Amino acid sequence: MTLGDVLSFAFTALARHRRRSLFSVIGMTVGVASVIVLTALGEGAQRYVTDEFSSLGSELLIVIPGKNETTGGVLGGGIGGVPNDLTLDDARALERGIPGVSFVVPIVIGNETVSHRERRRQLMVVGATHDFLATRELRMGTGQFLPPDDFERGAPVAVVGSKAAAELFQHENPLGGVLRIGDWRMRAIGVLEAKGHQIGMDIDDIVIIPVASAMRLFDRSSLFRILIRLDSHSDLEAAKAKTLAILTERHDEEDVTVISQESVVESLSKILNVLTLAVAGIGAISLSVAGLGVMNLMLVSVSERTGEVGLLKALGAKRRQVQALFLAEAVLLALAGGLLGIALGFVLVEIFTVFYPKFPATPPVWAIFSALAVAVGMGSIFGVLPARRATDLDPVTALSGR
Amino acid sequence: MIELERVWKTYDVGEEQLHALKDVSLEVEDGGYLAVMGPSGSGKSTLLSILGCLDRPTSGSYRLDGDEVASLDEPQLSEIRRWKLGFVFQAFHLIPRLDAAENVALPMVLAGIPLHERRERVAKALEAVGLAKRAHHRPSELSGGECQRVAIARSMVMKPRLLLADEPTGNLDSKSGASVMELLEGMNAEGLTLVVVTHDANIGRRADRVVVLRDGEIDQLVAGSDLRYGLDLDAHREPAG
Repeated sequence: MTLGDVLSFAFTALARHRRRSLFSVIGMTVGVASVIVLTALGEGAQRYVTDEFSSLGSELLIVIPGKNETTGGVLGGGIGGVPNDLTLDDARALERGIPGVSFVVPIVIGNETVSHRERRRQLMVVGATHDFLATRELRMGTGQFLPPDDFERGAPVAVVGSKAAAELFQHENPLGGVLRIGDWRMRAIGVLEAKGHQIGMDIDDIVIIPVASAMRLFDRSSLFRILIRLDSHSDLEAAKAKTLAILTERHDEEDVTVISQESVVESLSKILNVLTLAVAGIGAISLSVAGLGVMNLMLVSVSERTGEVGLLKALGAKRRQVQALFLAEAVLLALAGGLLGIALGFVLVEIFTVFYPKFPATPPVWAIFSALAVAVGMGSIFGVLPARRATDLDPVTALSGR
Repeated sequence: MIELERVWKTYDVGEEQLHALKDVSLEVEDGGYLAVMGPSGSGKSTLLSILGCLDRPTSGSYRLDGDEVASLDEPQLSEIRRWKLGFVFQAFHLIPRLDAAENVALPMVLAGIPLHERRERVAKALEAVGLAKRAHHRPSELSGGECQRVAIARSMVMKPRLLLADEPTGNLDSKSGASVMELLEGMNAEGLTLVVVTHDANIGRRADRVVVLRDGEIDQLVAGSDLRYGLDLDAHREPAG
């Protein structure tokens, strides 16, 4: 008995009960499609977050004031440990002290009313330096970015995001235009190329001014962040340790947190991985329900066809052959459901991406294959019991049941 | 060909033991024609199951072509059924979703005979039962007599040595019953060993030998022509044809 014989025999048996078989297949289809869709969304979420953080650029260290750990004790660090200011001098020291550093960018962030003539908008104002452009991998649309001055100089100039520029200046040429930011007057010297969202900020809707100007504008003594960009071959971990060492020495205590883009991405993607698996597990539950449907169908089928089983045995069919014939039916059902489910899953994901084009939802390859494998596996596992029941039928009684 | 010696078949029914066959001994020579008769529950079907290697005797010996089969295991028995035996049933047992040709081909599919050879042998077998033109009809599109002839073609396609027929005319009108018996007896005349279970004394009389069972025991074992009239059978049929 060849595989082709087994399959065609199984197929004719299924074809005889089209509607019944169809429902079983639909059960499988829904199960597999749900695995595909759910994992596509899970993976999409993961990729979305990873991409967002990757847009920071790799080989990036971020220094945050304050120790990002819960300190013990009744009146622990939370109250007693007001961190020292993170200053421009700290940034300078890091620029000098870390081997393999490309740029050090001190950053201050605040919200301020920005106006040009009578048009005013509440915008995020970022105080940064010349190297911010390269560190965040931004490009200029027109004009210049901040001049490569000393950190402390603070020229009265501003670079505007594309959307902010369009709204404030409308049809005027923004270059050379005067912006009023809070109580300060700054001259627009450049417009950024449109880029869209990067975690936490809409790059198109900000105003960038020199960091020293921003500290005066917001009346701050501490930086919000220091970004450290290393060159591509440098040792991230060593640089991280060195950063911590320099700042600890300058502040007489360890009161900053240094994170790398990689570590953030890594821990986020770990969390999202677990989420994806959990969601795939939910899909697998619906798959196993579909498997039970297949089993039920096959049990009915076997009990309807006891005479056929008896006949097969009388004709000299081996146990293995009888089992193969009935198992093949279950597997065929599962396989058809699996393939249709993959197709349906892709269609649903496509539809989803039409509505949420920014969300990178693609069914992961592993999910496609494992959904199919699980579907066929379910078919086999849940097909075994009915097939065994068929195999165990006594030919004499099976034949006498007319 | 067939040698049964002191065969018992016992079933446990609760506390009691039910003897379906008691000490049955009989022989059928190569190319012989044996009719098995007796009332319902007399052990006819049990005897046929044992002869057909579908069941094993509880005790006693069954030699088929000199080989002791009473002690063979299930896979070995299925080999014997596959290569040596053919079955014809009262209820035909055709697979309804397969057409006549596919039903006839089934034993060859199970035996792994290649496709081109199957086609040839199916065509020949259907020709032999006069149904060459009905090859692609499903059982539902065939008459009872035609169905039984398809079943006979199926039983013959593996060229068995022994054909076991369980009430082959039981579901047929007398005319198609007669043509089915004609077919079976024709094959017997060409050397096939034939065992027919029947209620029909007319069929019994045409066999070389008749064994009449009663309560699992041999009541008569005689030449067909010596079969006594007035058998106390529970379903006596009118003579066929």
